[in-house]
Amino acid sequence: MNPKRRNRLLIVLFLVAGSAATLALVLVALNDNLNLFYPPDQVVGGEAPVNTPMRAGGMVLDGSVARADDGLGVTFILTDYQGSAFTVAYSGILPDLFREGQGILVQGKLGADGVFQAREVLAKHDETYMPPELVDIARGGGP
Amino acid sequence: MIPELGQLSLALAFCLCGFVAFFGLAGAAWRRQRWLDALGSMVTGQFVFILLAYAALSQAFLADDFSVAYVANNSNSLLPWYYKMSAVWGAHEGSFLLWTLIMAGWTLAVALRGEHLPAAFAGRVLGVMGLLNMGFLAFLLWTSNPFERLVPMTPGEGADLNPLLQDFGLIVHPPMLYMGYVGFSVAFAFAIAALLTGRLDTAWARWSRPWSNVAWAFLTLGIALGSWWAYYELGWGGWWFWDPVENASFMPWLAGTALVHSLAVTEKRGTFKSWTLLLAITTFSLSLLGAFIVRSGVLTSVHAFAVDPTRGLFILGFLVLTVGGSLALYAARATVIRSPARYTLWSRETALLVNNILLVISMALVLLGTLYPLAYEAFTGGDKISVGVPYFNAGFVPLMLALALALGIAPVLQWKRTSPTRLWRDLRWPLAISVAAGLVLPLLISGALAWQVVAALTFGVWVLVSHLWDLLFRARRGLGRVTLGYWGMLAAHLGFAVALFGISLTSVLSVEKDQRMSPGDRDTLGEMGVLFEGVGNRSGPNFVAQRGTFRIEDGNEVVFLYPEKRRYLARESVMTEAAIDAGLFRDIYISLGEPLENGAWAVRLQLKPFVRWIWLGGLLMAFGGVLAVSDARYRRLRRSVPVGTTVADAA
Repeated sequence: MNPKRRNRLLIVLFLVAGSAATLALVLVALNDNLNLFYPPDQVVGGEAPVNTPMRAGGMVLDGSVARADDGLGVTFILTDYQGSAFTVAYSGILPDLFREGQGILVQGKLGADGVFQAREVLAKHDETYMPPELVDIARGGGP
Repeated sequence: MIPELGQLSLALAFCLCGFVAFFGLAGAAWRRQRWLDALGSMVTGQFVFILLAYAALSQAFLADDFSVAYVANNSNSLLPWYYKMSAVWGAHEGSFLLWTLIMAGWTLAVALRGEHLPAAFAGRVLGVMGLLNMGFLAFLLWTSNPFERLVPMTPGEGADLNPLLQDFGLIVHPPMLYMGYVGFSVAFAFAIAALLTGRLDTAWARWSRPWSNVAWAFLTLGIALGSWWAYYELGWGGWWFWDPVENASFMPWLAGTALVHSLAVTEKRGTFKSWTLLLAITTFSLSLLGAFIVRSGVLTSVHAFAVDPTRGLFILGFLVLTVGGSLALYAARATVIRSPARYTLWSRETALLVNNILLVISMALVLLGTLYPLAYEAFTGGDKISVGVPYFNAGFVPLMLALALALGIAPVLQWKRTSPTRLWRDLRWPLAISVAAGLVLPLLISGALAWQVVAALTFGVWVLVSHLWDLLFRARRGLGRVTLGYWGMLAAHLGFAVALFGISLTSVLSVEKDQRMSPGDRDTLGEMGVLFEGVGNRSGPNFVAQRGTFRIEDGNEVVFLYPEKRRYLARESVMTEAAIDAGLFRDIYISLGEPLENGAWAVRLQLKPFVRWIWLGGLLMAFGGVLAVSDARYRRLRRSVPVGTTVADAA
């Protein structure tokens, strides 16, 4: 094989091996970091898996926000106003647009006791904007 | 009356764009010199009319004309005048008007600076750009009219600009970003014109290179400004979230960076031709995809505009037409391209190939992560999903390190071939220095050896030293012989290294605490003491604020920081205004969370080492891009080629 061909072959092999390895790694990383979204009725109805990273969402029920006496622990209830509601526990600072009646997304894991342990609470930065996940709930229907 | 004139101007500009498209493309195809000669005045006309429309909307903002719906929704009589001016692009309609204005501006710039281009080629370029702006204007006129009136239900007061956007960062961020997004339409138009002409030599690469560089510099600046704005304005202390809207600007940047490098190979060596064409098409298509993501509201994002399905559908249709049309043209014409590949493994061509592959993989990674939720929802019939941040980080860290590794070798490599012996001779010292620095610097900075920091510093210093080494070598032959193009390359590559330092050190070494603090409470931040003295009241022009006082004791130095919790009156919306003590080597970042009972507050305390380096790196990169364009050979290029030569002559 002449050197020119050999070089070209080397480059092609490098490309193929590199792309294959990258693709494999990417797909594994993607698979590990997918978070399914569950509305309140699925969280309450047992369709949402326990102890698996996921997203849930709903409206913050009026009068349900309770701060701990010390530290930054807080609990609140998310509801779809259709009879399904679940409690969320979170420790940390809530976003500015977090308020009662507001549509909220939480990221975290559902505990075996039915309490959602949130790692992150997301409220959107524009009060007229509704996250696509919550549009169905806000319209009053299931997904 | 003035808003109606603005709308009329837009309609006229739309017609003029149609003329530019027709006379440009048809004039080139049928060789009508007069048609092509008339293009200049039509291009000027469309720019002037869009500028008039823009002025009309600005006037409506300044005069508090709340009968215009867009003004009523995004302004308020209490708003300071400079925010009234920037509120013009504070929401969907006005920001798209700015988009079309910038598009018209780029078209005008091509018409004015492109006198060295063969008339038929320039006609096609302008024609393609006119066609694009026609689409944008149609979108504006039929789905997003910024001049729509609220008559007779005119409100007495406006709803105010979103408080997050009442900020210097927002004044400058979108215009820079749009200059970049839209600027890539020039490279796109050059590529399409080259494909239409069917003469795919290296000339088009030489002509479009400065344009791509400038667009890329603007986009870089826009992204850096956006990241800086998010950092100080969102109150979280984060500077990048892998949010779909951020990704929307990052994807064209990655493809654009690949394009800028690939153009260099095509121009200098006449190879990578079809690949470069494809990149030019891809980059602009990603800009359009970004517009779709931001303006259709299909993805959850911190700064998506209000949801409107007709708008999303329009942009999607436009996107499909543009991408589909250009790719079909590419498929039909690119087969005739012959790229003589005469280079060996150890050559600058290979290094740039590696650069392109890594950047395109990075782009594909972001694209997959951004669009996967959409695809998932479509295929599962409505199940919603989101892709977590670790996915992006897991992909980006190794890819960027690989890019840095290749980048360190690049300055030493020559076109065609470089002997491995020479590589070793020129690179062994930079290699030794970077390995040593990678082990010593982390100890000096943090007193520990975290592997991420060691890796990032080794690779960053590697890029830094190998470039400076090369500069030293060139300087010995006389600094006067070093071209501006080389200085630009140097600045941009050093910018990459600087950003790499900033990103890795901030990510790994930041101290972040969310605390409950009562007045009089003390805490520590690294080696500093923090005293929360209390919260007082303050009022601004259109808001009232609670202002906290924090005393930071760093050895003998004392700094006071005053974070605020603002309530904007018009919308009754609450905003966190972080207080930052900025420094080259570290930022102290304090923001107020929410008030708790008994005067206590939830407080966010952060120490962010080297965070400024992230944006400093971005600035350096953008500066490098501009510097490269100022290179003397582009001025020579414009002067030396007489008007009326054909593409083949100019090549």
